[in-house]
Amino acid sequence: MKLLLSLLATLFLASTAFAIDADEPLEDPGLQARYEEIIEEIRCLKCQNATIKDSPAFLATDLRREIKRMLVEGYTDEQIFDFMVERYGDFALYSPRASGKTLLLWVVPVALLLLGALALANIVRRRMAMPIDDEPDSGS
Amino acid sequence: MWKYFIPLIIFALLFVLLRSGMQDIMEGKNVSDLPSPLIGRQAPAFELPSLANPENTIGTDDFAGKPAVLNVWATWCVGCRQEHGFLMELSQSGTVPVYGLNWRDTLPEAQQFIAQLGDPYIDSAFDGDGRVGIDWGVYGAPETFLIGADGTVLEKHLGPMNWSIWQDKFAPYLAPEGAGR
Repeated sequence: MKLLLSLLATLFLASTAFAIDADEPLEDPGLQARYEEIIEEIRCLKCQNATIKDSPAFLATDLRREIKRMLVEGYTDEQIFDFMVERYGDFALYSPRASGKTLLLWVVPVALLLLGALALANIVRRRMAMPIDDEPDSGS
Repeated sequence: MWKYFIPLIIFALLFVLLRSGMQDIMEGKNVSDLPSPLIGRQAPAFELPSLANPENTIGTDDFAGKPAVLNVWATWCVGCRQEHGFLMELSQSGTVPVYGLNWRDTLPEAQQFIAQLGDPYIDSAFDGDGRVGIDWGVYGAPETFLIGADGTVLEKHLGPMNWSIWQDKFAPYLAPEGAGR
């Protein structure tokens, strides 16, 4: 058990050692947990393919600081995401919301999947209806 | 018979779709530009120390009631040096008051920059920790905003400005009533 704990502790320490976010964690562990979830959901607009958790750009530093401030002030997660979308647009969130302009993003993959399933069902049904005696004349 | 055209039709549709996605690249636009949700909305109010005289403040109140340009700049920003000449000309032309938002910088460096290269701004607001930059959705200097007399954000340009961008994107808003938008 002790070994397991110390192994876990090592893992934990190692991950903080490599983290870009070098700031002090929040005092309240509950807030810190929410903080860590939120920063993985918000895009660093400067580097566009990194979350603000992974980005060393100072815009990301600023946004992390703002998120901490808002958490301490009692904002809900939803309010924090709203804050970001209001300033940087839908692109700021890694999982864009299903609303208006982003609806296509959510609907098209599902529609394509359904279309594919329909096509597949159609093909299978037609093959099932074929006569069975058309085995290739192998193995004679 | 018509079945054989299905792949062709699918190809044509895909072609149109992908080609329209490439439109911006073909036109040489920067595809990492993001539309600002700020356009058409009230400019986020701020009050910050003035760069020229840090004991005074400068803010959105200073350009209320008239169209104004707010240019986000920093001494570490290469694009800001590129557009500096344009900003000097714009400011001298008297077309519109030009204000600066000195973003994520230090006072001495910013003051030195202005002293060496010239000051195109009526004044710059000093946003050393980037707090106001966040409210304005700034994510990379230089960024240039056009604010209307009623305080709404009319247009935003990301990256260095020049006269051609000014004519295309900004000037129409300032044209005499009736003309342009």
